[in-house]
Amino acid sequence: MADDAIHDLTAGYALDALDSHDEERYEEHLATCERCREELAELRDPVAALAYGATSPAPPPALRERILEAVHAERSNVVPIRRRLPAALGAVAAVAATVAIALGLWAASVSSELDRERTLLAILADPEATSIPLEGANGRVVVTDTGEAALIVSGLATAPPGKTYELWVAKNGEMLPAGVFDAKRERDVVRLTRPVPPGSGVAVTVEDDGGTDTPTGDPIFSAGI
Amino acid sequence: MTPAAILIPWARPAPPRSHHVPPDVVHLSDEALIALAAEGDEPALAALYDRYGRVAYGLALRVLRDAALAEDAVQEAFLAVWRSAHRYIPERSKASTWILTFVHRRAVDLVRREERRRADQLTDVDSVVGGMVDEEAWLRLERERVQGALRQLPDHQREAIELAYYGGFTQSELAERLGQPLGTIKSRMFTGLARLRELLEEPDHEPERWQTTRSTT
Repeated sequence: MADDAIHDLTAGYALDALDSHDEERYEEHLATCERCREELAELRDPVAALAYGATSPAPPPALRERILEAVHAERSNVVPIRRRLPAALGAVAAVAATVAIALGLWAASVSSELDRERTLLAILADPEATSIPLEGANGRVVVTDTGEAALIVSGLATAPPGKTYELWVAKNGEMLPAGVFDAKRERDVVRLTRPVPPGSGVAVTVEDDGGTDTPTGDPIFSAGI
Repeated sequence: MTPAAILIPWARPAPPRSHHVPPDVVHLSDEALIALAAEGDEPALAALYDRYGRVAYGLALRVLRDAALAEDAVQEAFLAVWRSAHRYIPERSKASTWILTFVHRRAVDLVRREERRRADQLTDVDSVVGGMVDEEAWLRLERERVQGALRQLPDHQREAIELAYYGGFTQSELAERLGQPLGTIKSRMFTGLARLRELLEEPDHEPERWQTTRSTT
């Protein structure tokens, strides 16, 4: 097949209608051809819509259980692998999407916090930002090129009465306070009040209400930048 | 910095592993659910299944014409969604498109492996499940919308697209089957899909009215 003919494989690829040889060639080509990537992206939605053209009887309920059990069985394999990898930009964007939703609901009820949330969103939606997984808790710290940072953490217990969580930026052995927060929901999103320079870390401790200038206990979780 | 590993006594215990979808997940967007699945959140995957499991199963059944194989395809597809969730980029594709792409791919892989699709005519799946299709109203509307758009396509384009997508035929197989040059099949697919895209994007799609002006060339 002539080289320019490979562009003609886009529709076949979108429909999963290429034989394996053509498919491999097209995928290689796709990596270098902006035009085909754009064309393919435009065909994806109408192709997926065809799925709705088939009748949709309810699947057997046992299928749902089977899938969720299989997912659960895989969970322990998947998470550690991902945590070793540097965070992809896609993950950052996806987290930003999650947070955008959470913030959208939140903003509707607490309008005075809107500005703060906009700043948070700007950090989380920044495609150049780095996303570092937490050690000791589920979540990540997102840091922009200018050092602006946000913490996303899930499953954190509410601090006991009279206590609060305090964020710290650790640099050259020094711990600098970066704001306090209370765990309010399944997933908390907090902007750090202090920039996070390269080579520093972020940690969270439990302190008395109002926070302190120096941590009084060991970090309960942290992230190395 | 040393990773902290101390346990806090008041830490919230991990939620019990159940297949119940908690209410805080139900209201999230598809994109947000995929992001949560990428973090290992099982209820998020369950919520995605609750949204797309049915259309996924209908598609797999249409391609495979066998309930057990269709279940296998759907299961493999949702596992692929789970494993690939961290690679999903919301700006690049709709979540539903991304998920259904996995489903179709698995169904087609299976149908080619099993040689199941050789039933000559593409009968609708109603006949496969004995006409007892209990379909939700919105899915029925969506099906009518898509089928209405398909009916607007010239017959040759619709045929190429339907045989490829629902039948799992490759374009080379279609060229042979339809007795047409490969280039003709390719261009029917491309032109048909581009037109389908326009038709599906039209805001007030009213297939009943359009049928009078439908082209059959």
